[in-house]
Amino acid sequence: MPERAAAALLFLLLAGIGRPEVERGAGVELAPARKGELVHLLRHDCGSCHGLTMKGGLGPPLLPETLRDKDPEGLVVTVLYGRPGTPMPPWKHELAEAEARFLVELLVEGRVP
Amino acid sequence: MKRRTAIGLGVAAPLLASRRARAACPELRGTGDLVVVVERARGSVLIAETTGRTVLGRVEGLGDLSHGSLVFSRDARFAFVFGRDGGLSKVDLLERRLVGRILQAGNAIGGAISQDGRLVAVANYEPGGVRLFDSATLGPLAEVAAVGSDGKRSKVVGLVDTAEGGFAFTLYDSGEIWLLDPSDLSAPRITRFAGIGSLPYDANVTPDGRFYLAGLFGEDGIVLLDLWHVEAGPRRILDGYGRGEAPLPVYKMPHLEGRGAAGEHLLLPAVGRHEVLVVDKRSWQEVARIPTPGQPVFVVVRPDGREAWVSLAHPHNGKVAILDLERLEPAGTLSPGRAILHLEFTPRGEQVWLSARDDDRVVVLDTRRREVLASLPADKPSGIFSTARAHRIGS
Ligand code: HEC
Repeated sequence: MPERAAAALLFLLLAGIGRPEVERGAGVELAPARKGELVHLLRHDCGSCHGLTMKGGLGPPLLPETLRDKDPEGLVVTVLYGRPGTPMPPWKHELAEAEARFLVELLVEGRVP
Repeated sequence: MKRRTAIGLGVAAPLLASRRARAACPELRGTGDLVVVVERARGSVLIAETTGRTVLGRVEGLGDLSHGSLVFSRDARFAFVFGRDGGLSKVDLLERRLVGRILQAGNAIGGAISQDGRLVAVANYEPGGVRLFDSATLGPLAEVAAVGSDGKRSKVVGLVDTAEGGFAFTLYDSGEIWLLDPSDLSAPRITRFAGIGSLPYDANVTPDGRFYLAGLFGEDGIVLLDLWHVEAGPRRILDGYGRGEAPLPVYKMPHLEGRGAAGEHLLLPAVGRHEVLVVDKRSWQEVARIPTPGQPVFVVVRPDGREAWVSLAHPHNGKVAILDLERLEPAGTLSPGRAILHLEFTPRGEQVWLSARDDDRVVVLDTRRREVLASLPADKPSGIFSTARAHRIGS
């Protein structure tokens, strides 16, 4: 049993659930490892609707030319709270505000690695 | 004399090519035990065999394969691969090389092949519509612009083959089902059914080719069109299956699988819920809902109809749920790898091939013992397609 619990804890840590709160807060520089995870999420999980290369799919393209004229804070709100009535889901259970802002910046600046 | 030499040269090239091909593929073999695995980020496919469970080779240069899918030629020699970037590629499974490729649209979602094998149809998001190509040459044959009743071009989803060489597809933005009769390619005939419901996200046809079903994202319900009686028009089944409860956020769109059919039952993923809906195929009434440890994405019935294996949406996509279709209840959960995106049974169901994207592996399980038979390296694998699909309606 203790072994199991330890394995479960390890899993939670690996999954990033046990991460210290400071890293997830707003206005805090994200750790490089977390940035890597976020880019992975962007390419693959956001990419399942917006396309791996963000050129659009069921969801609209998320390219500098389509996002540049939009209010970045509005886009952060879209990422965190979704767009009710459309397939765009809220990500607030998975992403802190600073993390959503990091993704929006990557997208607006066309810097998705 | 001069002419002769020219002809001589002309035949030399194909001869060389086939000699090279023979070197790459030393033995004669069939294609009936092959699977094709999409490597979504690398833009390639792996060709593997399910007898010894080995990878035979990789074919690259297929473009952006996020949501990459494919259909087979009716002799199961070639795969037609549909890329997100609008690419349509023809891959020779035996010589394991690209034999044709065109960029036919800006953004595509999938495709189908006609029952006589002559036409390859592609469903496009941008520009919204369906284009038809000659399966031999990939030459363009016809285009249907999906202009909905709202006057706007719509994204197309759920493109499948139907009887008499035709196709059925669904307009996502305007909520319509269209039937395409390509017998006159210069003016394909379209039958339209508008107002089917809000945001149909995917559609498919039952394995007998009779019932075309479209899942709705904007409403709780499924649209059903009986292709034996199209004059009756589409109707709604499972209306309000959410019972008014707010759905969970959907992080990954479910797929409607023709292979969700088992005997008198049809299994359907509930959108935004942790359950699979079971419908009676005669009354179209719900007979059960089976809980799953996450939102179902692919609900695939094992070919013997005794179990269904279900892949799940992020953040539960490390698990695969198994459902007992005799008792209509859960029959276990496996954790075969990280980010299981797709699963495919061998034609008789003794093995299942699963793509574990975040492990960069394809995992093969014995479906009775639920034991790992093989684990093969693959670069961000997604869809897995058995050549048995060459002989199935709707795939
Ligand atoms: C299940 C499908 C789906 C997933 C997954 C998804 N989106 Fe979306 N997204 C959409 C749709 C559909 C829209 C368009 C909503 C509308 O019609 O206003 C959208 C809109 C957006 C917009 C606004 C674009 C604009 O031009 O206004 C942003 C930004 C965005 N998504 C970012 C993301 C990010 C970041 C992720 C991953 C963390 C993500 N999306 C995951 C479907 C999805």
